[in-house]
Amino acid sequence: MPLPRLIPCLDVAHGRVVKGVSFVGLRDVGDPVELARHYSEGGADELVLLDIAATPEETATLTEVVERVADVVTIPFTVGGGIRTLADATRVIEAGADRVSLNSAALADPGLVTEVAERFGSQAVVVAIDAGEEVVHTHGGRVATSVAVVPWAREAAARGAGEILLTSIRQDGRRTGYDLELTARVRDAVGVPVIASGGAGSARHVAEALAVADAALVASIVHEDPGGLGSLREAVVACGVRLREVIG
Amino acid sequence: MSVVVVDYGAGNTRSVLAALGHLGERGVVTSDGDAIEGADLVILPGVGSARSAMAHLRATGAAGALARRVDAGGGTLGICLGLQLALGHSEEDGGVEGLGLAPGEVVRLSASRVPRLGWCEVSPWGDTFYFAHSYVAKSEAAVAFAEGEVAAIRAGSFLGVQFHPEKSGPAGLAFLERCLCPA
Repeated sequence: MPLPRLIPCLDVAHGRVVKGVSFVGLRDVGDPVELARHYSEGGADELVLLDIAATPEETATLTEVVERVADVVTIPFTVGGGIRTLADATRVIEAGADRVSLNSAALADPGLVTEVAERFGSQAVVVAIDAGEEVVHTHGGRVATSVAVVPWAREAAARGAGEILLTSIRQDGRRTGYDLELTARVRDAVGVPVIASGGAGSARHVAEALAVADAALVASIVHEDPGGLGSLREAVVACGVRLREVIG
Repeated sequence: MSVVVVDYGAGNTRSVLAALGHLGERGVVTSDGDAIEGADLVILPGVGSARSAMAHLRATGAAGALARRVDAGGGTLGICLGLQLALGHSEEDGGVEGLGLAPGEVVRLSASRVPRLGWCEVSPWGDTFYFAHSYVAKSEAAVAFAEGEVAAIRAGSFLGVQFHPEKSGPAGLAFLERCLCPA
């Protein structure tokens, strides 16, 4: 298996990073390009940019942000939020994203997963699942659907998703640890890698997540700590997880 | 120096150009045969499907230009799909004939999780690079491996890497710099 990955996630709206970032030492902590560069140089294994406004008017803004991020980072990055068609996915990938994350659009039209995978390869398609305890939620976690989490993950992978980004809406923002049980169940059900998301409050939590998943998404835990990602990496390694050695 | 990044319609060429930019070089994105034959270094990047990539390379004449270039000893770097296209045959998309620049074939990865996504150490080089692929080369021209799978092949002036140096942080940039200044 490849080394476990730590993936900082930036929530973006109207071209700005919108939550939880309180760093010192950056000229503009609200600029997604500046933050992406910071994490790329600071040892992130990958990045995720989520456009949480994702309105049609956002399209041009997001594309410009993606282009500028692609010009400064030297690691892979995934872009999600508001990608509803193959044309949307194509625009984001041509702007420089390595992968797109599909969420509610994939749920509404699972054929979209296959379309994007056939055009760009499965490695370019992440299906994001906002999971309650048993069912998939939409609208930022507020609306429960009747779709069960594990079968949907399995279907998404069968349709061409190259990775599942599983966010526990119960744990998200609580800092009491990832939903390890659900993450393990999803990973056991699919043959593609799984990113655990939601609930990181400590390096121990991240290490636990990496024992059951291929990667861990981290947000406030790195955004709000000046030492941020570097100290988190060291602490996760101290928990016995082997991470990529970051050069200089 | 002149660096050509081959355009085959599906590649994410922007990341390769950005990496070259980090090294103070400017790449030109084109599928023009004369430009490919004349460049100091040609990079065949890698995103998309083997079938559509080969169709594009043949239709534009880039396929022939790449073969003549490698025959003549011109430095050529294939990245990910760009490595795989250089071989004779791929089982992707129901079977696709490749450029035949290097011996071998491309088969579906048999790893426990496919696609393989993430950072792997490449031996004997010792550096860790980013991989994102579902297919992999089987080739007697292999010169480096990751987790037992082919990570790089060399055939004459063609060097192919399964990983993405343009997405592999400082280690990837150092690798690309060595490709720019062979010596």
